[in-house]
Amino acid sequence: MAAAFNPTAGKPLRPFLTFALPLLLAFGAILGFIGGQAAGLGPAAGTLVGMVVAAVLAFVLPRYLPQQTGRWTATGICGVLGLLAGGLAGFIGGVILGALLGWAVYWLTTGNYRRGVPVYATSGQTLWHNAFKFICGTIFFFLIAPIVTVIPLSFNAENFFTFTPGMLALDPEAYSLRHYRDFFTNDAWLQPLKNSLIIAPLATIISVTLGTLAAIGLSQSHVPARRAIMAILISPMIVPLIISATGMFFFYSQMGLWMEEYLGLSKDLTGYIKVVLAHAALGIPFVIITVTATLVGFDQSLTRAAANMGAGPAKTFFKIQMPLILPGVISGGLFAFITSFDEVVVVLFVGAAAQKTLPWQMFTGLREQISPTILAVATVLVCVSICLLTVVELLRRRSERLRGMSPG
Amino acid sequence: MSNATTGPYNLTGVTPDTGLKVGQSDESGPVLAADGTSLKSSLNRALRKQKMRALLLIAPLLFFILVTFIYPIGEMLFRSVENQIVGETLPRTVVELADWDADVTDVPDAPVFSALTKDLMVAVEEKNHTRLGSRLNYELSGVSSLFRKSGRGVDDFGEVYTDQFVALDPAWEDPATFIAIFAGERWLTANAAYDGEGPRPTFRLAPGVEDVLPETARMYADFARVVQVEDDDNPAEEDPWNAVYLALYEDLSAGAVIPADFPQAALLTQAQDAVATFDTEDLRAQFVEIDEDWADREVWRIIQGYSAPYTAGYFLNAVDLQQTPDGVAWRPENQQIYITLFIRTMIMSTAITLACILLGYPVAWLMANLPARQANLLMILVLLPFWTSLLVRTSAWKVMLQREGVINDLLVWIGIVADDNRLALINNATGTIIAMTHILLPFMILPLYSVMKTIPVSYTRAAKSLGATNWTAFWRVYFPQSVPGIGAGSILVFILAIGYYITPEIVGGTKGVFISNRIAYHISSSLNWGLAAALGAILLVIVLALYWAYDRIVGIDNVKLGG
Repeated sequence: MAAAFNPTAGKPLRPFLTFALPLLLAFGAILGFIGGQAAGLGPAAGTLVGMVVAAVLAFVLPRYLPQQTGRWTATGICGVLGLLAGGLAGFIGGVILGALLGWAVYWLTTGNYRRGVPVYATSGQTLWHNAFKFICGTIFFFLIAPIVTVIPLSFNAENFFTFTPGMLALDPEAYSLRHYRDFFTNDAWLQPLKNSLIIAPLATIISVTLGTLAAIGLSQSHVPARRAIMAILISPMIVPLIISATGMFFFYSQMGLWMEEYLGLSKDLTGYIKVVLAHAALGIPFVIITVTATLVGFDQSLTRAAANMGAGPAKTFFKIQMPLILPGVISGGLFAFITSFDEVVVVLFVGAAAQKTLPWQMFTGLREQISPTILAVATVLVCVSICLLTVVELLRRRSERLRGMSPG
Repeated sequence: MSNATTGPYNLTGVTPDTGLKVGQSDESGPVLAADGTSLKSSLNRALRKQKMRALLLIAPLLFFILVTFIYPIGEMLFRSVENQIVGETLPRTVVELADWDADVTDVPDAPVFSALTKDLMVAVEEKNHTRLGSRLNYELSGVSSLFRKSGRGVDDFGEVYTDQFVALDPAWEDPATFIAIFAGERWLTANAAYDGEGPRPTFRLAPGVEDVLPETARMYADFARVVQVEDDDNPAEEDPWNAVYLALYEDLSAGAVIPADFPQAALLTQAQDAVATFDTEDLRAQFVEIDEDWADREVWRIIQGYSAPYTAGYFLNAVDLQQTPDGVAWRPENQQIYITLFIRTMIMSTAITLACILLGYPVAWLMANLPARQANLLMILVLLPFWTSLLVRTSAWKVMLQREGVINDLLVWIGIVADDNRLALINNATGTIIAMTHILLPFMILPLYSVMKTIPVSYTRAAKSLGATNWTAFWRVYFPQSVPGIGAGSILVFILAIGYYITPEIVGGTKGVFISNRIAYHISSSLNWGLAAALGAILLVIVLALYWAYDRIVGIDNVKLGG
């Protein structure tokens, strides 16, 4: 049911006129409207130009050019139009709009829009199929857009939180690294960064050590009151942070006084101990969950085999069990790390100014003196999370492959 | 070289095949393990050992969580009913006030005011009266300033008695006189030996003095303790407060019997003979002169009502109720905020959950029905926000939603919205719902995806081949199978949403905040910790109920992270 108008290939005009052309005209009108607004032509002129370009491309491209070449041609034509209308930025905008239009022309005229639906599907079903894909695309856009928007904004040369005209015109002057410079030289940001890098690893070590041991204990076949124990150990994840923070606030202020008075520790040190312990408690459920999940796939007979060959419990643990469950332990650790690294509420309540962490500083920054350095920090943190995500994904795939759960 | 007597069949003691040999022999009896003990007890022992080992592995963490997490929460819950401050700060007044009936007399009698003078004197010196004032101010506004004002004047109360005692005999002006009467032997020696290092020796009353002059002894002990602890001074060198003289006057005029061998007996007997002719001071008038509120029945009623060590007051307050003479009643309209806030928290969390279902369902369906490779690629788009710092996402939304932010700029630029009429997307409920839907969406998609992954495609196909339309096949066959995923995701999102603090605080303004923000406010700004604890306790109960439901529907063990 391809709707390209091409009499030589035996394709009549009618379906083209009733189906592909109106849709392409509408699409062209929308793109032209946007382009016209951007270039300052006004909505009417932009829409008209867009429709004309779309109509011409729809008639000419599918008939005379193969898909690849045709799409490049459309991109090129719109790029040139954009260049005439608005310089370098206009060119880039035109290239994007042209690529979209070119894709739409071939998608509609060659019948690619029916890919993914069975041949017997009605037009309504085809429409729904594509609309559904579009909706999903929009949702994914919604998920990613805020995070992606932050990245270019962090290179803003001005103290604004939005795209300046200079940035839109791709003026190099409008971009700078000044916010990054501020992040890496300003003590108000460096101290929190240092605190985060002290607190998060220490909390992770505590939660991973205790959590792994407990997960191994929980995975044994006969554990009395297993459900109750599990519920208690998971509770830090279930109880809302604000409640945990309130409880910890009362508890740790007394404990801090006690440590200062009877153990003679300095105020700073007790502050760090308090925050590390509080964060360790928050990270534990993640370690428990991931490690118990890994242990489900662990063959207990391996430890018996090791014991049979004369290995002591310690040796069995480190030589046999640990290497096999290591991926789970590492991803649990990463979860615990990110929990502590991201955590604001508890540290806000439990910590003192000397323990200010990076998220805390961002929080005060957002609430009080709003500075674009936050966006630079956010970009750095996004990169950190991408790294962590990659590691966790690789570990997960490795363990799935080992267990033969994944086809790839 | 072997011989028959040491061969394997003649060995005595336990060998690996003892059990086998016993089993082969004709003797009947319990089945035995390899070492010859009964199999049952042997297995039991092994099982016990295994249990012990498992518990030992779990114990450190369990201990850690119990101490650093469960206990603090319990303590918080305790704080929501604890109310010892009134009884601790005004111990004498509370006792005197116990018999007062607000319906009979407007204002309590003189003994109450006398007790209040003494209590307040101690409280002022220990700087507790303002704390008590702010505590009672939660129940009746104005009490805070009442206590602060009275605290400034109370040290002059009872001066009439001091002057008369001193006029009677200058010895009453000498701290040594009081030390001789009240101080215990051991404390005297320890205090004399004290060289300024470490804490001062704790003051002890002389034995028996409490029986003779009960009020004065108690007052003097308080005085000595405060002088030592608060001022770090030696009570033996400090002039007692007027309140001590007041107590002495009361003890003596109440007919204290001074034994002949009592220290300073002569002085005391002389004073006792004189007190009948002493000028008296109307303490009640003094108090009312400082602040008329002391003649207000309500103030006394509040003090009396909150004198018990435990109170439901914070919980009543947390649901906009208050204790009145006629029982529990609603607070005045303009003070009712918490019910509204709880309802708003619930409504907004529900809205966020619904938005998450609406957005998460199609995406999860798409991923569950795509080939693994593409699904994994799309999964990264879901997991990236999941792994990105909460603060980063919140700041991103602040950037996007501001009046001069990216979305408004874009809309103005396209021409949908006029420049002077930009949309108010932030600092209201809209901002909170948009930002939190984005933040919590992965928590909906992941459980939905893992449930949908297990639904066989063939069911829908079978339905269609039997003549169902697409919609019927989805609604009657596919959807019911995905309901557990929706349930799991919804409860997860809802639990997370009702406890959120950071995001509403930043993008919520005043109309988009949750109950958590109020809790944080009471912890860090208003310092009404009891109310914060009560609000937290209510929130905790709601969450635990939901958690219980979650456990029933999905099971805690089935919580999955990252697919």
